[in-house]
Amino acid sequence: MKRWAFGLVALAVLAGLEASLRGLIGAYNYQVLILVGINIILAVSLNLINGFTGQFSIGHAGFYAVGAYTSASLVYYGGPGFRALTSFLPNMAQNAVLLLLGLLAAAIVAAIAGLAVGIPSLRLRGDYLAIVTLGFGEIIRVLILNINALGGSRGFSGIPQLSNFFWVYFFVLITIAAVHNLVNSSYGRALISIRDDEIAAEAMGVDTTRLKVMSFVISSMFAGIAGGLFGHFTMYLHPNSFLFTTSFNLIIMIVVGGLGSIEGSILGAVLVTVTLEAFRGFGAFRLVNFSVLLVLIMLYRPQGLMGSWTPFKMKQRAAAAK
Amino acid sequence: MDTFLQQLINGISQGSAYALIALGYTMVYGVLRLINFAHGDVYMFGAFMGYYLANSHWIRSNLGTSAASAVLIMVGAMALSAVLGILIEKFAYRPGRSVTRFTLAFWLGILGAGAGQLAGATFASVAAGASVGILVGIIVEQAGLRPVKQNSRLALLIIAIGVSLFLENGGQQVFGADPKFFPEIIPTHALNAGPIHIDSQKLIVLGMSIVLMLLLNVIVNYTKTGKAMRAVSFNLDAAKLMGINTDRIIAFTFALGSALAAAGGILVSLLYPRIDPLMGVMPGLKAFVAAVLGGIGNITGAMVGGLILGMAEVMAVGYGQSTYRDAIAFIILVLILLLKPSGIMGKGMNEKV
Repeated sequence: MKRWAFGLVALAVLAGLEASLRGLIGAYNYQVLILVGINIILAVSLNLINGFTGQFSIGHAGFYAVGAYTSASLVYYGGPGFRALTSFLPNMAQNAVLLLLGLLAAAIVAAIAGLAVGIPSLRLRGDYLAIVTLGFGEIIRVLILNINALGGSRGFSGIPQLSNFFWVYFFVLITIAAVHNLVNSSYGRALISIRDDEIAAEAMGVDTTRLKVMSFVISSMFAGIAGGLFGHFTMYLHPNSFLFTTSFNLIIMIVVGGLGSIEGSILGAVLVTVTLEAFRGFGAFRLVNFSVLLVLIMLYRPQGLMGSWTPFKMKQRAAAAK
Repeated sequence: MDTFLQQLINGISQGSAYALIALGYTMVYGVLRLINFAHGDVYMFGAFMGYYLANSHWIRSNLGTSAASAVLIMVGAMALSAVLGILIEKFAYRPGRSVTRFTLAFWLGILGAGAGQLAGATFASVAAGASVGILVGIIVEQAGLRPVKQNSRLALLIIAIGVSLFLENGGQQVFGADPKFFPEIIPTHALNAGPIHIDSQKLIVLGMSIVLMLLLNVIVNYTKTGKAMRAVSFNLDAAKLMGINTDRIIAFTFALGSALAAAGGILVSLLYPRIDPLMGVMPGLKAFVAAVLGGIGNITGAMVGGLILGMAEVMAVGYGQSTYRDAIAFIILVLILLLKPSGIMGKGMNEKV
């Protein structure tokens, strides 16, 4: 009951903010806010596989790209027909339904891609897994680069703008809730046990391969959704937006925030996105700073700023104990 | 058939360059079990050092374009890159492993220099910024803030990514982001063997690679330091117990690998003279693929892997789609890891409990 009320209030707040925010903070800040939201979805989902399951993936940008291009192409090529079919609906409702359909497709296709990549590569460990996921991410990008219907190296333009603050943060909330609930379920405990000691987990009867693939698929699915939201906001996609540097940036976010902490990923996504935007005037020096900070954080606080400190979980446990 | 032979020669020269970079990956992986993501950027650094040396006034006026100047440029760039490799090892990778000093001072000094450059762009402001950074770093370290000693390979991997980003962005800041044209440090001759055309540059690349690999082989297999390297690579803790100064051997390994990468950078710049601060990213990743292909940790494997990869790439581009060029290396990687993760020449490693 309480949860439903919270959900309704959150929706109302989001709708209210969407209506007023652009005028209040200006178009540029609004855009940064959207980017922050998309990066939160990406970071939290990447943290599921890297932080909670302990499988080091650096190919997240690949699934992000799959989602972005799936949703964009579906809406671009199928949108006009859909609008003609549902001409009795008001434009706003059409937009919402189109976006949701696009995101659904993005989620499904990205999840399938995650499954296809995950099954063979999750047999590998550590560095090898990292480099294979990086390789897959690049293969996906090169494939997109060679598909003419998706614009190839010219980029994909003319994507209808459907996502906005409301939708992005709606999915931010859903991602956080989903990952939080998953991590605090018995599945989540099993994932964490894989991270902490895979051999011990296996000895305790945890089906490690299946769970690793599951967490990889869920993580890819959310990356796909983030991609869809991104494409329908910027209205233009280019394969170079999904270089492995994008994956590296996501890694930085979750590492700076703290691997294995949802709050940390959110903090990391906000910090990294906002600082990178704020330092735009510094040219290449902002990234020099950034990489030095990354090295220093790993040397002096390898568990990240937040570590695995999760204040909200502790509160919940205390409430349950009562 | 002529095209095939022509491509074969292109592939061998491209492949030998990959092999030179792959050697550094494989050696560092051997001693530290670390994918040194910064290695491709050391290759970039080497090419830029070669560029600056070749354009330096002293070499131009005293030696001109001769074999002596080419050798001097090569050796100089290799030495400078070796120093960079040692610095990376000492201030980025070692603090998590052994007790070190001045880590914070080093990094804050760099940040301070950058800030000084941004503020005034004069030598004085850069020096002032760097000194402030170093001073703050020393004071904070004296106050007791030391790097956390840990052996998480994940943390090390992220540090490697950080160093790589640092070198790429620092390179854009220091060398300039726009591409530069690598001077012809040795005159080109076109050689014709029947229907096949070979640039003398390609032969030089091939010859130098072979010489360097032979040299490396001698160092690793027939010197005392090489023996120590092999010992550290076999078992770090045991080597330490046997009285080997492992930190020094690891630093030496980085120096050796970085020098080879720099040589690779210059040799590739002879073939493709366009250099820019991001030029190391793709060759770096591909050389890593070559190292994995040959069996990581195995020096002969890295050479073989580099040659196979270069050949595969050149052939694929020559006979098919050049747009898929970047994907080929990764497809090979995925296949090799799925079929034979230990690589062509690697030994299988069992999981230890």
